[in-house]
Amino acid sequence: MMRDGTITSPPAPTDARDAAAIAVAHLSKLYKQTRAVDDISFSIARGSVTGLLGGNGAGKTTTIAMIMGLVLPTSGRIEVLGHPMPDGSADVLGRMNFESPYVDMPSRLTVRQNLTIFGRLYSVANLNARIEKIVSDLDLGEFLDRASGKLSAGQKTRVALAKALINQPELLLLDEPTASLDPDTADWIRQHLATYRKENGATILLASHNMLEVERLCDRVIIMKRGRIEDDDSPEAIMARYNRATMEEVFLDVARGRVQETTS
Amino acid sequence: MSRISQPAISTQRIAAMILRYWYVLISSWPRMLELLYWPALQIITWGFIQNYISQNAGFFARAGGTLVGAVILWDILFRGQLGFSISFLEEMWARNLGNLMMSPLKPIEFLLALMAMSLIRLAIGIIPMTLLAMVFFGFNFYAIGFPLILFFCNLIFTSWSVGIFVSGLVLRYGLGAESIVWTLMFGMMPLACIYYPVTVLPHWLQAVAWALPPTYVFEGMRALLMEHVFRADLMADAIVINAVLIAISFAVFLMLLRSARQHGSLIQTGE
Repeated sequence: MMRDGTITSPPAPTDARDAAAIAVAHLSKLYKQTRAVDDISFSIARGSVTGLLGGNGAGKTTTIAMIMGLVLPTSGRIEVLGHPMPDGSADVLGRMNFESPYVDMPSRLTVRQNLTIFGRLYSVANLNARIEKIVSDLDLGEFLDRASGKLSAGQKTRVALAKALINQPELLLLDEPTASLDPDTADWIRQHLATYRKENGATILLASHNMLEVERLCDRVIIMKRGRIEDDDSPEAIMARYNRATMEEVFLDVARGRVQETTS
Repeated sequence: MSRISQPAISTQRIAAMILRYWYVLISSWPRMLELLYWPALQIITWGFIQNYISQNAGFFARAGGTLVGAVILWDILFRGQLGFSISFLEEMWARNLGNLMMSPLKPIEFLLALMAMSLIRLAIGIIPMTLLAMVFFGFNFYAIGFPLILFFCNLIFTSWSVGIFVSGLVLRYGLGAESIVWTLMFGMMPLACIYYPVTVLPHWLQAVAWALPPTYVFEGMRALLMEHVFRADLMADAIVINAVLIAISFAVFLMLLRSARQHGSLIQTGE
């Protein structure tokens, strides 16, 4: 991957089993006069955890929403699990899931009711057993029969994560998964995501402002700024390239235009 | 990974959505009460008006049950659409639309679930209403018999067409378009000739009235109750227009959904 956001070869139609989890080629999104995403290309290997970094308005949420099919690109191509999006969404939506702060669970329904409904929407077999497992994994038992709207922010995030994992997705898209959580709960969520990825070989793409989270969870980081890819590499390689000790320092350099690259 | 193979339209997903709305309904007694309250209020008010008119005018004395029948049929039309649209709005209010659009739920399955919910909500409101009409005003709605099935089907099809169309508008333009959900059907009220015959309208407006399926139903009801004639021709015309309306509303819904995806409305479901 080059720093200008291009890749050497755009994704070609591939066998679904061997394809990258996500392949994006020359993707752009224009809202009236605003170019939210500007000709980005990247490919994400199966089983990896990739962080999408950038300040507000960098294009992270729009990129994730286009990958999910919630937003149509102005131009470019997206393949998810070997299928073109959004045309092939019927083949992949059951194999992926997401969590985002711009959606909520129905607040009047209990946690159990919500998990039951989403389990059925995703046609999860042995649903009761799956709910039991996920309740145990995410420690939801204490408030399983409480209305989702009456939970604390941390509990709501755990429930949203439970919904995102109900179908054991091969691909998990997370937009600010630990936003507004206390450090303890955020750490707990990160641990669980790491375990889920390890046990299931799942691919995770997460947008985050939390640099510690990115350093800890991600094999790879894609830094976006004003809709374009500014950098793309492992956290260690990026920190070395910018001659910085933390991703937060790198982020500030990129955000403030102080690029201190020592190697190309 | 344990999953069940997927048919083109999944009854399981439709049932899941119906269950979701049922959970909301039974979790809130004000919601349930509202379903009963307005139909009951309508029938009592109009029932007394009909009693008064019947006692004082020879023509309306012959028109036994026309007003009460019209009120019940209007409520089927109006509340059928509201039952559809309120279930849709629940998703907007709950900010749950993104979860649904990102799930394997297909637009047609979503709409079929909303149709089923409109029938459930309608039954909760209308059945007690018809019983009140029977007990207080001696009007047995069910005595209409077979034509009632055709009246009901035509009205509910129209209500779904309007419901699908306004849901598409809310999907595309957000909750700023919510007021259309509550008011659009009232725009049909004077033209559908609920309480008076089509001939009351100016000649040029009659052509517009005949473009609306409910007009055929209310004319058909008056023919049945006042002249004891079942106008099958009116019902057939209404069904044809309804088929066209549903096809158009579904196409418009898909168009607005695509437009919502183009404009990013699905990730900004506020006002």
